[in-house]
Amino acid sequence: MLPEPLPLPDSPFRRIDPRLRIVTAVLFSFAVALASEWAALGAGFGCAWLAIILCGLSPWRVLKRIAPAFGFILFLWAVLPLTVPGPALLRLGPLPLSAPGIALAGGITLKAAAILPAITLLIGTLPVATIGHALQRLRVPEKLVYLLLFCYRYIFVIEEEYRRLERAARLRSFRPGTNLHTYRTYAYLIAMLFLRAALRADQVHRAMLCRGFHGRFHTLEEIRFRATDRYWALALAIPPGIVTALQWLLLHP
Amino acid sequence: MAAAPPLIKLSGISFSYPGGKPLFKGLDLELRAGERLGLSGPNGAGKTTLFHLIVGLLKPAAGAIEAFGSPLKNESDFVAARRRIGLLFQDADDQLFSPTVLEDVAFGPLNLGKTPAEAREAATRTLALLGLQGFEERPIHHLSGGEKKLVSLATLLAMEPEVLLLDEPTNGLDDKTKANFLDILQRLEISFIIISHELDFLEQSARTIYALAEGRILSDDQITLHRHVHAHPHGSLPHHHHD
Ligand SMILES: Nc1ncnc2c1ncn2[C@@H]1O[C@H](COP(=O)(O)OP(=O)(O)OP(=O)(O)O)[C@@H](O)[C@H]1O
Ligand SMILES: [Mg+2]
Repeated sequence: MLPEPLPLPDSPFRRIDPRLRIVTAVLFSFAVALASEWAALGAGFGCAWLAIILCGLSPWRVLKRIAPAFGFILFLWAVLPLTVPGPALLRLGPLPLSAPGIALAGGITLKAAAILPAITLLIGTLPVATIGHALQRLRVPEKLVYLLLFCYRYIFVIEEEYRRLERAARLRSFRPGTNLHTYRTYAYLIAMLFLRAALRADQVHRAMLCRGFHGRFHTLEEIRFRATDRYWALALAIPPGIVTALQWLLLHP
Repeated sequence: MAAAPPLIKLSGISFSYPGGKPLFKGLDLELRAGERLGLSGPNGAGKTTLFHLIVGLLKPAAGAIEAFGSPLKNESDFVAARRRIGLLFQDADDQLFSPTVLEDVAFGPLNLGKTPAEAREAATRTLALLGLQGFEERPIHHLSGGEKKLVSLATLLAMEPEVLLLDEPTNGLDDKTKANFLDILQRLEISFIIISHELDFLEQSARTIYALAEGRILSDDQITLHRHVHAHPHGSLPHHHHD
């Protein structure tokens, strides 16, 4: 289900302020997502994978981690060349594959291949609790932060509950098929899951009240911006800077 | 010398869930300082409900609740009392909601106004007390059921409560962990009420055993007669033998 953070080898990079990593991930994603020039996209792609190799993260594991997203991109390749109007670049039997369609699909693929590894490196290697605290210190609304943390904690419990319910149904000879009985059983299962989640939320709130909760969360983590983080901030600004600069220069020659 | 007031005193408590039949009718219960009470009773007798009433998570229809010598009437009284009463939930997944063990154990101390450093210190110390060194950074969802129970206990002890309310703490624990749990309870200088369906465990952990049945508390003498028969299907319910 939810993947664990990828282990990042110890290095000065690992010890930088997590807020810096989150801000960089956001800036880099915007820079690449808004770029349209091939050179800018290529630079983004290069920066992301170069950083992964420099930080000692195995590119193969990163690739495996982000692979599911490329299923979606495959779907775009199947659709865009056929549907975007424009001159045909090549023909697949009777079907013309339009040049703008192929360019669009290629652009999206390159953007994904730059942004996803960057996020995996910058954020996917942080423990969820640290992400939560960093977001809180970045003044992201508290409710959103705790939504993230509670999701992380309870998604496993809810998954386990789903498995229990499904096992119980199977043990009583339930075989899913395409019939009304199957649909009804799954509807009951899902309804039960929602109900249990709601009851659980109620109990968790009670448990929190018992431990002195009064509407404000406090955190253990003390996130500090150290002197060396200033240099890191400059270094981390380079990749989004390059992408934006290339895009700008190529558009306004 | 005037006797110290009971730590917890329930008098004339009546309660029913919305749309349900009355669960308690005029229930009385007292926990004195230093006392260790065991509470058993059939499923659905209302044991869990009773604990939730004591800490004000549910409100009785009638009757009075006192803790540490003062009556608990409105929410702010209960908020103050909850700082001194640790309630262990029947399901550990309800109790533990933080991503890591350390965060969860430190949650209570932080709420009590401790600094992060103090809270971290209290959490680490409590975990060590329960033999859970090295668990600090473990994600909760990677713990076994028994480990979750022990961590739940740690979350309570880190707040240094004066009373513990333990709702089936040994549920799902193996014999070794159970013995460990018992050992910890006996070392703690703390009064508690413990709910359990295992009379053997109650006899070892509690000084007095009550049974909750039909909305009333049956005292020790009323059930002592049946202590010898705890292995048969009637459990601790009052019943007659046909000799
Ligand atoms: N939220 C609720 N709404 C309505 N009825 C409830 C609710 N919670 C519990 N009950 C009912 O109240 C009764 C007492 O429940 P309680 O959980 O206190 O029993 P218990 O003695 O702790 O049982 P067990 O030994 O199974 O834990 C049960 O009959 C239960 O069905
Ligand atoms: Mg119960």
